[in-house]
Amino acid sequence: MINFTDVYKRYPNNYEALSGLSFQLDDGEMAFLTGHSGAGKSTLLKLIALIERSSQGQVLVGNQNLNSLPKRKIPFYRRQIGIVFQDHNLLHDRTVFDNVALPLVIAGESHREIGRRVRAALDKVGLLSKERNLPIALSGGEQQRVGIARAVVNRPPILLADEPTGNLDPELSREIMHLFEQFNQVGVTVFVATHDIDLIQTLPYRQVILKNGRLA
Amino acid sequence: MSNYLLRHLQVMLFSLGRLWRQPVASLMTITVIGIALVLPAGLFVLSENMSSLSNRWDSASQITLFLRHDVTPQQAQQLSDELNTWPKIEQLHYQSAEQSLEEFRQLSGLGQLLDSLPSNPLPAIIIVEPIETESDDETINQLVNKLNALPQVEQAKLDMEWLQRFRSINKMIQRGVSILAILLSLSVVLAIGNTIRLAILSRESEIRVMKLVGATDRFIRRPFLYTGFWYGFLGGIFAWVTLVFSMSLLSSPVNELAGHYGSNFSLHWFGGLMFLMLPFSGASLGIFGAWLAVGRHLHLIEPN
Repeated sequence: MINFTDVYKRYPNNYEALSGLSFQLDDGEMAFLTGHSGAGKSTLLKLIALIERSSQGQVLVGNQNLNSLPKRKIPFYRRQIGIVFQDHNLLHDRTVFDNVALPLVIAGESHREIGRRVRAALDKVGLLSKERNLPIALSGGEQQRVGIARAVVNRPPILLADEPTGNLDPELSREIMHLFEQFNQVGVTVFVATHDIDLIQTLPYRQVILKNGRLA
Repeated sequence: MSNYLLRHLQVMLFSLGRLWRQPVASLMTITVIGIALVLPAGLFVLSENMSSLSNRWDSASQITLFLRHDVTPQQAQQLSDELNTWPKIEQLHYQSAEQSLEEFRQLSGLGQLLDSLPSNPLPAIIIVEPIETESDDETINQLVNKLNALPQVEQAKLDMEWLQRFRSINKMIQRGVSILAILLSLSVVLAIGNTIRLAILSRESEIRVMKLVGATDRFIRRPFLYTGFWYGFLGGIFAWVTLVFSMSLLSSPVNELAGHYGSNFSLHWFGGLMFLMLPFSGASLGIFGAWLAVGRHLHLIEPN
């Protein structure tokens, strides 16, 4: 599903974040991305989400070669990927419902379909009763679950998460990871970057460990 | 297709709702745009009215006959009687040298200076009004030549100069209206562009999030363009209301003034034309301003 071949990423200030990285993630696999700060985790996720492009080497996602994907097609590519952020990235002037609905509105879904799918996603993360609330009225863990609902609402084949439990206590972190497992069980490829070694040691998934921009 | 139109309608109302939620700021922008639009519109209405006024005056040309100094009042009276029989003359009015002097004294305020003159330098005059049906330029000029040839007449002068001056002034105003319209249109574009620029910057994080979940540039641009549309459109409505209100304030003194001149002239409002023109041009300028702002600023905001 995700296939990196000898990928380099150099930033304009000559900093090399990835140095000849190669790895593969199978369709329907769930894996963790770990490594010390500055090892290249964020850069790797940015390359998959096409926020950045590789300086050298090939990035394949779902048989699409990202190196040759034109800029105008990026929005349509991104609709196949759900992204969960450490700081949630919710829109604070819109309700929970509207936040989760955003990817569907963007994709031009009908009104009825939007209502149906948003409620299904909110039900999945246990926040159906809060659909009319503004994000500010929710706890950190709840906001993160809204972020997850938004990431999965248009049923993307790939789910990326960048430190999704970074600001949560161990109990909530476990719940969030459990949610990811549930999505994985219905066939979504899940790739979670995290520092939370203690938590992922207890889970039976592969770890992609980065060190200085390459596999450790 | 209907789904597409429905989505446009939604964004349109959504943008209006955003303006509604910040009533003071929106109203200020709309007022600025309205004032910028009403100025050229008001001047246009004024100059169109002046044009129609000067067209009415075309037929009202007068010929002034300056009589020779040695023509006595009796001879002048004889000349008047003779001219009255001419078929091309509607009516005439005799004014003696003394009356001319008195009139000049009153109008110029140079009474003492005139008193010191040994004799009256002003001639007696006869003001001739040609009949209106014969008032094309050719006939009038023939009449002027004929009058000029009279032995009692020093000079016959067609009083068109004031009308020409009036027309030049009006032409100047019309040119001014065009310049003003261009400058103020530009200011509307810039005002809306700047407002949209600020709106884009204040929604920077929202735009990043939308791009991350797969929004196209077109999708992100749309609400801003509609915001520009609303500013311009509502500014145009504001301008129209202001114009109509001002005209209603002006119309009664104008009618009174026209009454003093024995004219039935009244202001033409162009209300219908302006009702179409002001909101339409406002909306076009608004969309253009928003489009410029969006083009400059939106692509700079990318997820990071």
